Amino acid sequence: MIVIHDLSKTYKTANDTFKALNGLSLTIERGDIFGIIGFSGAGKSTLVRCMNRLEEPDKGSVRIGNTVITDLNERQLRKARQKIGMIFQSFNLFDGKTVFHNVAFPLRVSGYDKATIRRRVKEVLEMVQLSDKENAYPSQLSGGQKQRVGIARALVNEPDVLLCDEATSSLDPQTTYSILELLQEINRKLNLTIVLITHELDVLQHICKNVAVIEQGKIVENGTVDQFFLAPESDTARRFVHIVERYRQKRNVLEGAGAGI
Amino acid sequence: MRDDVLELLWEGLRQTLYMLVWSSLFAIIIGLILGIALVVTEKGNILEARLIHKVVSLMINGIRSIPFIILIVLLLPVARWVIGTTLGPTAAIVSLSIGAAPFLGRIVESALKEVALGKIEAAKSFGASPLQIIFRVLIPEALPALVRSLTIAVIAITELTAVAGAIGAGGLGSLAIRFGYQRFREDIMFATVITIILLVQFIQWTGDYISRSISRKRYKLE
Ligand SMILES: Nc1ncnc2c1ncn2[C@@H]1O[C@H](COP(=O)(O)OP(=O)(O)OP(=O)(O)O)[C@@H](O)[C@H]1O
Ligand SMILES: [Mg+2]
Repeated sequence: MIVIHDLSKTYKTANDTFKALNGLSLTIERGDIFGIIGFSGAGKSTLVRCMNRLEEPDKGSVRIGNTVITDLNERQLRKARQKIGMIFQSFNLFDGKTVFHNVAFPLRVSGYDKATIRRRVKEVLEMVQLSDKENAYPSQLSGGQKQRVGIARALVNEPDVLLCDEATSSLDPQTTYSILELLQEINRKLNLTIVLITHELDVLQHICKNVAVIEQGKIVENGTVDQFFLAPESDTARRFVHIVERYRQKRNVLEGAGAGI
Repeated sequence: MRDDVLELLWEGLRQTLYMLVWSSLFAIIIGLILGIALVVTEKGNILEARLIHKVVSLMINGIRSIPFIILIVLLLPVARWVIGTTLGPTAAIVSLSIGAAPFLGRIVESALKEVALGKIEAAKSFGASPLQIIFRVLIPEALPALVRSLTIAVIAITELTAVAGAIGAGGLGSLAIRFGYQRFREDIMFATVITIILLVQFIQWTGDYISRSISRKRYKLE
């Protein structure tokens, strides 16, 4: 379970300050695929980045399982991060390392022995269906394959949580779909909690069980995905769903049938 | 050409190579340390420390703004203190290393800065320590750019050995000045210039070759 309490983060630039998170509280159940949706600048990235403290919150707490992430010192934090996987919109693979060594990286920094690393890397590469690309370099992969490597790398340390910041936003719809399927399968197999930031309703609707809507650094709505689509309460949620509605109507007209999205 | 030319040339080349190899080695080591320090202590990087960043940066700018020929003179006491003399190729290594290190620091810095911050963040997110990030992400990811930069630096140091040669360090530079300029031995002057050109070409070619073979492996470039 992830419990976020009263989290605040203010960015200070040379002559300006910006409150990106504003006393945000949120609870995510273990094994959930939890969507966080919001318009650009709402604070989504800031929120996940505060969860593994890539960004230091000014105030409030983040607890993952029994570990209060916000109480840890540098060394403890590094240890805790090994159990919090993260994947990125731009993949952030190491161009100078092969697929194998990209995936091995988290294990190597954790100090595992060669044989264990080899075994674990092979396992996760099989899971993401990239066993045949072990010796390829990232530049030789497609976007979808790169994100699979990213997922393998994030999972190799057997984390409890996987944080995804717009992980499919730079992929085409079909590739997005296959990545979502993969995440869903992993969630089932490993009972891994997945936190998924997105601004694509498609993503929400495909795999998320619960969703929180974030607006100006605060959660303004929080519930099941069905609730979000059927009875959106917040402004943001209504605006999102409204867009879908319009398309649904348009499509219904075009198809002359009642098929929903 | 008279037959003393080859002998003189060989002696000069030997001294130049001796200065070049050792001062490059020291300058690269110091330059790497300075460059890494500059990058990691920068705002928002893995070991943010703005005061250290400022001090290192000022130090580098300070030394770089002194013309090399003056720097050699300034560093004479250091050479005497380190190796006991201010003359000859070995003494020049001290000045060359210290003179070239700040330049190396800057080009190492710019090569390392090419590494996307996202990769460093990814490494951080998997629990990598700052040292692990430096040696397993920053340097390997910047390697092709680093090799290209170091090639430029070694060529610059070759030029500096010639300057040092002019004030008593020996090597090809002093050969050209002593014989070519002061004794009107144009054959020696000419041979020296050709040798230096070949030497620089060889360094450039080696650097290109190494950097290209790394890139080719990574990016399947031709
Ligand atoms: N390092 C930073 N320095 C200053 N301001 C920042 C920084 N990072 C983010 N911000 C500001 O904080 C706000 C929230 O940013 P955040 O990246 O969390 O938004 P987001 O919801 O992820 O948006 P998007 O959908 O565009 O990715 C934005 O207004 C942004 O300009
Ligand atoms: Mg974002």
